[in-house]
Amino acid sequence: MLAHYGYKDGSGEYFIVIDTDKCDGCEECVTACPYGVLEVGEDENDPFREEPVARVTEEHRKKIKYSCAPCKPASGRKPLPCREACSPGAISHSW
Amino acid sequence: MEKEYWRWPESRWTSPDIDWKDGDIISAGVDVGSVSSQAVVLVDGNLYAYSNFRTGSGSPESAQKVMDKALEETGLTLDKIHCIVGTGYGRVNVPFAQRAITEIACHARGANFMYGPTVRTILDMGGQDCKAIRCDGEGKVTNFLMNDKCAAGTGRGMEVFADLLSVPIEDLGRLSFEVDKEPEPVSSTCVIFAKSEAVGLLRKGWPKEKILAAYSSAMAYRVAKLLERIKIEKDFAITGGIAKNEGVVKRIEAELNIKALEPKHDTQIAGALGGALFAKALVEKERGLR
Repeated sequence: MLAHYGYKDGSGEYFIVIDTDKCDGCEECVTACPYGVLEVGEDENDPFREEPVARVTEEHRKKIKYSCAPCKPASGRKPLPCREACSPGAISHSW
Repeated sequence: MEKEYWRWPESRWTSPDIDWKDGDIISAGVDVGSVSSQAVVLVDGNLYAYSNFRTGSGSPESAQKVMDKALEETGLTLDKIHCIVGTGYGRVNVPFAQRAITEIACHARGANFMYGPTVRTILDMGGQDCKAIRCDGEGKVTNFLMNDKCAAGTGRGMEVFADLLSVPIEDLGRLSFEVDKEPEPVSSTCVIFAKSEAVGLLRKGWPKEKILAAYSSAMAYRVAKLLERIKIEKDFAITGGIAKNEGVVKRIEAELNIKALEPKHDTQIAGALGGALFAKALVEKERGLR
């Protein structure tokens, strides 16, 4: 499942996309994210899935434009820590 | 008291062909949304009863009310229902539910039942949010996106316009087509902006119909953009209250160049229906049937 967390507002579209078929629940992204945007838990949208999966925390879902901003400077941008930490390549950002 | 134009019709229904006493598994789903709440009761996976009412200030009370309404005059009582699933914004506040499941999962499952297994893309236009969901032939979610940060493109936005223009909410869709030429859409980014823009247009002498056309197309444009992100696949269905507004539905169809399936039931019950289907599956799992 491609789980889109985030929103669209007047300034643009901000979504973190987690491919739950690729995610193995290893929690590397949770450790890597400096702002606590990600967590690992039950798949809320697939009630019969037994394995835990990464998701964006409820707290950050409506403000990821700002939560993720420090990792996205206008220049000299390094690879995103969450994406780099994810070995199955399950995380992507829409902006 | 002044007429409340935003007030949409509440409803309840019981199947005349089913007797719950013959049922092996009785399951129910309760969807407590931000604006409306629904309860659906299934007898062996067949639609037996449903109700659709406004959500009050408290989720537990609203859940209790819709459940009572669904069970009204059926002789069925809560203790005879084998499993109840809560869904929607207030899902964790349904006191009599055994499990809470997100509305994303429930809408996909409910739409699969309502529109048949060919449904692949669902647009749920709720009271205060908008969900775009892709699912497989079994109603399992494969891709989803939810916009609940802003009320643009939602039922609440339509209620605001019904009040502003003093037009009963059921007439908005029909009236929005009574224009010679489609006007430019108003702001699609925010209900408040759209409303203030509409107030300005009223002052300029725009007729209500033209403003409705401009707002309906703004709404259609906005949700079409959301749907593009998850990529639309046939068949396409719209659930939620706005699915009853032909002014928005037809404009979404034109924007996406795709026809939405015709609903067989009240489009607002999709979430609760999905919850009831999950409840049935949970009972089957418990009994070792799956």
